[in-house]
Amino acid sequence: MSFFDVLGIAGSAMNAQMVRMNTISSNLANTGVAASSAEEAYKAKRPVFRTVYDHASETYRAGVTVDSIGTSGKPNDRRFEPGNPMADEQGYIYVSNVNSIEEMVDMTIASRAYQSNVEAINTAKKLVLNTLKLGQ
Amino acid sequence: MPLLQNPFGIHERALTLRDMRTTILAANMANADTPNYKARDIDFRSLMQGTANAQMMQSTDRQHMQTTFGAAGGNLMYRVPTSPSLDGNTVEADTEQNHYADNAMRIQATLTFLNSRIKGIRTALRGE
Repeated sequence: MSFFDVLGIAGSAMNAQMVRMNTISSNLANTGVAASSAEEAYKAKRPVFRTVYDHASETYRAGVTVDSIGTSGKPNDRRFEPGNPMADEQGYIYVSNVNSIEEMVDMTIASRAYQSNVEAINTAKKLVLNTLKLGQ
Repeated sequence: MPLLQNPFGIHERALTLRDMRTTILAANMANADTPNYKARDIDFRSLMQGTANAQMMQSTDRQHMQTTFGAAGGNLMYRVPTSPSLDGNTVEADTEQNHYADNAMRIQATLTFLNSRIKGIRTALRGE
């Protein structure tokens, strides 16, 4: 019965989406955090997903895993704030390059994807239970 | 008596194929955000009629590579996306959800048919 495979596949996707949610939370928490140089400033993190094929399986099994967590290459904003204790010699501070609107959109997509996987598991579970009840 | 020789008829094969398709569609949904993932599916109709399988590779030597994914392997096709995305992913979440729901409903139908077969045979054997 490959109905049970659905649990593994959708489970791996839920796991990956959860990692994505965590990185989004980190990004949102670090919006507007300042640093003394562009290198030190916080850069938005993005997980990169990769498909994992189970070639030994009798059926087509393609789960998901988080391949790596990359950083956004967008330049960090520089602001002139001479009064800030973090300011460099010229009086500039460097803020994180997180775009909170982008993050919110990403979070909505991640939660939708999570939900659809939960739904897939629920449906598969119902079908397994109905199959077990055959002939009763 | 044909009913008792082959009590489940075509429904047995139908359920096996539907079961296989459930996993494929679940994998598509799971990979909705994976770059370069291509959505796969099987052609239920041609598999049911036995007309598919034409391009299945046969391993005639020990050194030949095994075709993967068992029975589904040679029959897995790629879905043509209606609006391809930039990251090379061809999964469209709504399409996959639609197919998944449709597949689940048809499995339920098959299970209902099987149930009524079993009940019918039971009544026939009891003779009540």
